[in-house]
This record gives sequence, C-alpha cells and structure tokens, in this order.
Amino acid sequence: MGKGELVCSGLTKIYDNSNGRKALDSIELAVPARGILSLIGMNGAGKTTLVRILATQLAPTSGGATLDGDDVVKDAKRLRKRIAVIPQEARAIPWMTPRQTVLTYLMWRGYTYGESKKRAAEALARVGLEQQSNVMNRRLSGGMKRKVLVATVLAADADVSFLDEPTTGLDPVSRRELWRFLDEIARDHFLILTTHYLEEAEQLANVIGVMDKGKVVGIGTLEQLRGSLKYQYSIRLPVAVQLPQFEGVATPGRDGGVQILTNEGEAYRLSQAFLSAGTKFSVNRVSLDDVFFHFVHAEIGEHGQ
Amino acid sequence: MKSRFFGQVFAAVLVDALYEMRNYPVVLVNTVLSPLSFLLVIAFVSRGGLIGDAIEGGFIMSMFSSGMSLQSDLSHLKNDFKLQDMVVASPTSPFTYVTGMALAELVYSIPALAVLTVLAWIFIHPTAGEALVLVGVMLLMFLTSIAIGFTLATFSSDIVQSFAFSRLISTLFSTLPPVYYPVTYIPLPFRYAAYLSPTTYAAVIAQSATGFLSQAGVSIVLDWTVMVAVTVVLSLIAVKKARWREV
Repeated sequence: MGKGELVCSGLTKIYDNSNGRKALDSIELAVPARGILSLIGMNGAGKTTLVRILATQLAPTSGGATLDGDDVVKDAKRLRKRIAVIPQEARAIPWMTPRQTVLTYLMWRGYTYGESKKRAAEALARVGLEQQSNVMNRRLSGGMKRKVLVATVLAADADVSFLDEPTTGLDPVSRRELWRFLDEIARDHFLILTTHYLEEAEQLANVIGVMDKGKVVGIGTLEQLRGSLKYQYSIRLPVAVQLPQFEGVATPGRDGGVQILTNEGEAYRLSQAFLSAGTKFSVNRVSLDDVFFHFVHAEIGEHGQ
Repeated sequence: MKSRFFGQVFAAVLVDALYEMRNYPVVLVNTVLSPLSFLLVIAFVSRGGLIGDAIEGGFIMSMFSSGMSLQSDLSHLKNDFKLQDMVVASPTSPFTYVTGMALAELVYSIPALAVLTVLAWIFIHPTAGEALVLVGVMLLMFLTSIAIGFTLATFSSDIVQSFAFSRLISTLFSTLPPVYYPVTYIPLPFRYAAYLSPTTYAAVIAQSATGFLSQAGVSIVLDWTVMVAVTVVLSLIAVKKARWREV
C-alpha cells in the first residue's frame, strides 16, 4: 500500500504553545511519487509544516504519512537515505565556497570524499557555477547562492527532494533558470516544491496541491483542478461595458476592466456578442490564480471580488 | 546510500572548523588568547607563584569553552543556515553529527592546547602519570561541556539567545570558579558555592595531581566521583532531552 505514492492519512500537527490551533488539519492525500508536486497556499497555510513532516524533520501530532511505502516516522532512518531537503530560508554558509558546500553535504549523505568531490564539480558545472566554485559564498549574488543549494540536491541524486520556496526573492531571470534545473531533476526523481508563485506551480508541477488553513483543499493536475470549478473559462474586458445576461460571475478589476468567469457555452456566446459589438476582450481557460482563489475563498484584490 | 561514520564526522569538522580556520585565520587568535589572558593575569598578579595552577586552568577553560562554542555553532548553523534540517534529512545520525561538531571544536582548540602544552612542559614538568591525570580531567571536562552545549543548542531558537547562554554559562563555570588558582584562596563560606561548578572539581584534581594543592586521598576520590557523575548525568540529559526531529 502506498508503494510509488505519497500518502497522508489524517495527518495533523498542533504545535506546542499554539492554543490548540491546527497547523495541519487531518490531511488526506494520495499522489504518485514522481514528477513535481507543488504545494501552494497563503502564508501560514501549512505548506512548510507538511514538508517538514514528510522530510522527517518534524513529528506529527496524529495521523501518518508514507512515501513510496516508507512511514515518515517509523521508517525515518531508511527514508533519510533516499531524501534530500532545501529548507525554507536555507542559506549557503558564507565562509565556505560552493565546492566545499556541495562536497560536505554529499559526505553527510554518505559519499566518500573522492566521490563527493567529483559529483560536486559535476553539479556545479550543471548549474553554471563552474567558474565560481572556489569563490566564497558570501561574494556570490543571491541567485548564485540559491544555485549552490540546488546543486546540492542535483548532486545528491536523492529519490525524493523537498524544496521549500526555493525561488523566493530571486529575479525573474534567475527564477526561470532554476526552473530549468528543477525540471531536469524531476525527469527521474520526485520533487515536492512549495511556492508562493502560482506561475511557478503552473509551469513546473505535474500535480498541484492547494493548501488553506492546514488543509489540502484541492489536489490534482491543473486540468483536474479546473475541472472541479463550476466556471472554467475567463473572459477579460479591458474596460467595463454593459454586459448582457449570462451565467457566471463578473468581477470588476482595479484597472477599470472586468473579469467574467463562466462555462464553455456561455464563453462562446459572450465572445460572439463582444465580437459583434466590436468590444475588445480576451478569452482563456481559467488560470491557476483563478483556481487558487476559488479554493481558498480569498478576497481577490485585483478582481475586486 | 551507505552510512559512512568517519566521512560524516569529517564533513562536520570541515564545515565547523577547518574551512572556517582556513578562510578566517583571525578566529584562531581568539581561541589562543581567551585561555591565555586569564593565565597571564594570574601569573603576573601572583608574581609567577601560581603559574602552574593558571596553566592547568587554561587547559580546563579551553576544554570547557569547546562545549560553549559547540552550543553557539550548532545554534548558528541550525537557525541561520538551516544546515541541521538538511542533515536531519540525510543518512547522518544525530550521534554522528554531534560527534563531528564536537571534534570540530576540539580541532579549534588545538592551537591553544599546543601553546599550553609547551608552557606546561616548561613550568610544570609533569610526569607521565600526572600528564595522564590532566588528560583524563580534560576529557571529562570536554564531555561535560559538550553535553551542556548540545542540550542548550537544542532549545535555543536564535543566535542572540544562544550567545547569551554561552556567555552566561562560561562566566558561571569558568570565570567565577577557582579554575586558575587554588580553591583554598576562596574564603570558607564562599568556597562551598565554588563546588557547585564541575570546573572546580576539575581544577582541584589537576592541581592536586601536580602538587599545587594538598588534598587527602579520600577527597581526591570524591572529586573524581563527582566529576564522572556530573559527566554521566549531563550526557544522559543531553541524550534524553536533545531533539533531532522536532516535536
């Protein structure tokens, strides 16, 4: 049971001194342990707590989880040989070089000094840090420091890697570069990635888990998540116009435009009407943003809902 | 992936000692100066009369400082770089990690120990038996301080709190007690308070072994018993209370 899968059943976490507030509230999920699982959610939704429990760093209060058949509590010792983690707010140690950082991490993972040295050089070359491999980490840019940490995961070659907000604070170019490495790692490994960037989840993830108030409120591929919405099409009008009767929801935006969420038939009918009236508009499947806001029932500032 | 104890221990020594010493050599000056500064003060104030006691005090303080540095370093690496989280999720066991970090502190102390050893050779001339006693006391002191350091690091949540603990414990256990001079220099009502610190027992044993303090045989046995008991109890507390996987 659970072989080749990540399974959580009734997984609950209540931190000490939290007045009984559940950081994780009876999480139930079962997803294939391959590709990229991206966890999205607002601050405090429980993403990091879930990752830390799955990565054997934190004990659950009740319930359990298995990763490829190994229990994260009972089989932690076995699991730790197969997992690697880049925690949230992890930093490359300033008094070390990228080569030293990756090398020592690999030695902790059980590689010999010689193997570690070779794998570190290969991984740093793959992330484009060959020239900087002997420069102190403190002299590297923010993007390069992140790449050093990603190189540790690349070099570790662990079956399962956890990356908690790995691209937070990076510029768009560095972020896209890291996506490329993550995509590369995920070809033959399982990555569990948390992110605040919905675009990142949309671009990278095979499965997306939406978390809110300690619960996984939606999980599946983007198509499956869209499928669970009543309205799966989004029409955007750059300026507010008199709208005809339709089935769906219209929300004004701060830019003076309007977003209409509706079904396929209505999207087609409204598009015809806007075309006939010469009204500018765009029509798309709903984005992950729309899916996310639907699941977390959040106030949508931009959409004014 | 195989679990390789010595490689994993060496990784900790590289991170916490060798790379830091190589990249920031100035840190070595501090590790040498700290135990020597008190030694010089005591030696000058006593006009050389207590230089032997002070050298032994330097050894004890070096060993005790290792544990306090371990506390700060573990906390720094855990809270500021999240290194411990990365190591927890790896085949390295908590015992291996702490052994490596503790050895790293010992490596850090090597320059100070080397200077003290030369001074001891010149001013104390210990016999092989006396040297063995000194090494035994230092080893117990090291284990005691490592146990304290590891336990405190487990509970410290940030580096400021960690350094505050470190300074407080260092003052209580190595500056206030009679480590650099004989316990008999402390007036009697206060002498009892000095015996609350394990470093006092270490100093008394070392000073008695090298003839700087006259102690009855029973007293020495009692001092050893207390030292060993404190080391065992603190180690047990460290093992029981320390957290690898957080709760």
